[in-house]
Amino acid sequence: MEVPLALRGILVITGKNMRLYYTKPPVLMFGLLFPLFMFLAFFVGRGLDLVAFFPAFLAMMLFFTSSSVGPLITPWEKREKTYERLLSYPVTQDSIILGDISAGVVFGMGISLLVWAASAVVVPLPIVNPLLFGVAFILGTVSCAALGVLLASPASDSPPNVMILSNLIRFPLIFISGIFVPLSHMSGAARALAYCSPLTYLVDLFNAAMAGSSAFSSLLDCGILIMVTIVFIVAAKVIQKRNLTKGL
Amino acid sequence: MTAIEAGHLVKRFGSVTAVNDVSLSVPDGRIFGFLGPNGAGKTTTMRMLTGVLTPDAGNVRINGIDIHRHPLDAKMQMGVIPESSTVYGDLTAEQNLHLSGKMYGMPRGVRDERVSEILSRMGLGEKRHLPVRTFSKGMKQRVSIGCAIIHRPKILFLDEPTSGLDVQSRRLVTDTIRQMNGQGSTVFLTTHNIEEANMLCQTVCIINKGGIVAQDSPERLKKMFDTTQSIEVSFDRPVNGDLFTDPGILRAELCGDKWRLYTENPDRILKFIVKEAANRSLGITSLATSGPSLEEAFVHLTECA
Repeated sequence: MEVPLALRGILVITGKNMRLYYTKPPVLMFGLLFPLFMFLAFFVGRGLDLVAFFPAFLAMMLFFTSSSVGPLITPWEKREKTYERLLSYPVTQDSIILGDISAGVVFGMGISLLVWAASAVVVPLPIVNPLLFGVAFILGTVSCAALGVLLASPASDSPPNVMILSNLIRFPLIFISGIFVPLSHMSGAARALAYCSPLTYLVDLFNAAMAGSSAFSSLLDCGILIMVTIVFIVAAKVIQKRNLTKGL
Repeated sequence: MTAIEAGHLVKRFGSVTAVNDVSLSVPDGRIFGFLGPNGAGKTTTMRMLTGVLTPDAGNVRINGIDIHRHPLDAKMQMGVIPESSTVYGDLTAEQNLHLSGKMYGMPRGVRDERVSEILSRMGLGEKRHLPVRTFSKGMKQRVSIGCAIIHRPKILFLDEPTSGLDVQSRRLVTDTIRQMNGQGSTVFLTTHNIEEANMLCQTVCIINKGGIVAQDSPERLKKMFDTTQSIEVSFDRPVNGDLFTDPGILRAELCGDKWRLYTENPDRILKFIVKEAANRSLGITSLATSGPSLEEAFVHLTECA
């Protein structure tokens, strides 16, 4: 009986998060406006080829949107004193974490698909491997949403502090991940740093799916994204369990 | 049948042992009061009983289900009103109740019916579409109670449910507790309001410094300290404590316009008061004796431990 109950809990928590947190200013600002402004700042006036740049832009959009919901939820619930009630419902802390990740996944996928579809109307955006494109979308949103939830874990009940912390981690990831400078143009320390970012593998996967060219094998990209997702979820679980009573 | 059973619960926070070897058993259909001073371990114990916290040692069974092995099945049996926790301020009263109903897996039709019933009973029918953040504390607490009872739980946990509420809201809470109990629910009530526990509970358990110091019916707990009784007296003009010189008076307290005198020999003190009043030409406007109160028992138990 516990498995259906757990699944129901995850679904209800996802729905609750979607209703409550998608329209919160930090989510709109860091999830929608930031990637848009970064794109404009980088692209406008530089005569770049939008089609060639689009896989990296899509990865950045997906990264920002998917990872913007998670950091907000737990600190917000703790500040508003709703977290203990949530824990007393027929859910576990694991269900709450998975519900928070799912909310990030739906948000990231929805917005990014919308951006991709709208862009595809304006400029021709080829997809050489639709299956890989779908896999990249799913793995990208799940891993980025899991990162978002992990970023919320150390916090107690202060959403602004968490958003600052999350941006301290998210922005450097953007700059080292082959979004603005392709991986093939990097060398030395920059390239070594790029290997450390999960976003690098997502950009590579989108390049493989949309342009047919990539630095790594798609299997390796997928494997690394799956691995970091598991690491993010396990780390979030361990840290959130340790910080459970803070802010109850 | 036992609704709630806890065995040898221990919870530590760093070097502090908040709950130390607490065992308790609540029979089905009872209203069980869990009393203790601030910081005694009431909320920590309740959080372990409701599965919010995992104990460092010990076990909890809810209707026979081990809550830490089968948390979801056990939590389905209960409704919980946490002490400081509230409902979602951005949602309306109706949306909060629906969310709670969904958490317990209630089908839409049943949920609709139950939400309307609860909103009407809680006097929130007209405000059902307003965000809860616009509500008063009492109204929020009513929504909170509604969320906990929407699925008609077999066991209801309440942590300080009337704390800081106005009279009407407090009455609504106590009426709801009685009603739920009348319909067969077991109620676990954490409070430091002794009068509330005295009026509502069939069994009272007192916790102090993380350990249980007594567990019995309110009347039996009072009788544990039946050597001390009190006399309440008021006069037609103010008097000071110098009046009560009889050595049989253990303690004299001014309570509003009355004096409360604690004694082991009420007969002697009554005669003393009447005599002194006559000597000083004081009119006695009221005079009453009462047995030991639950508050006395509570003070004794929590001071001595």
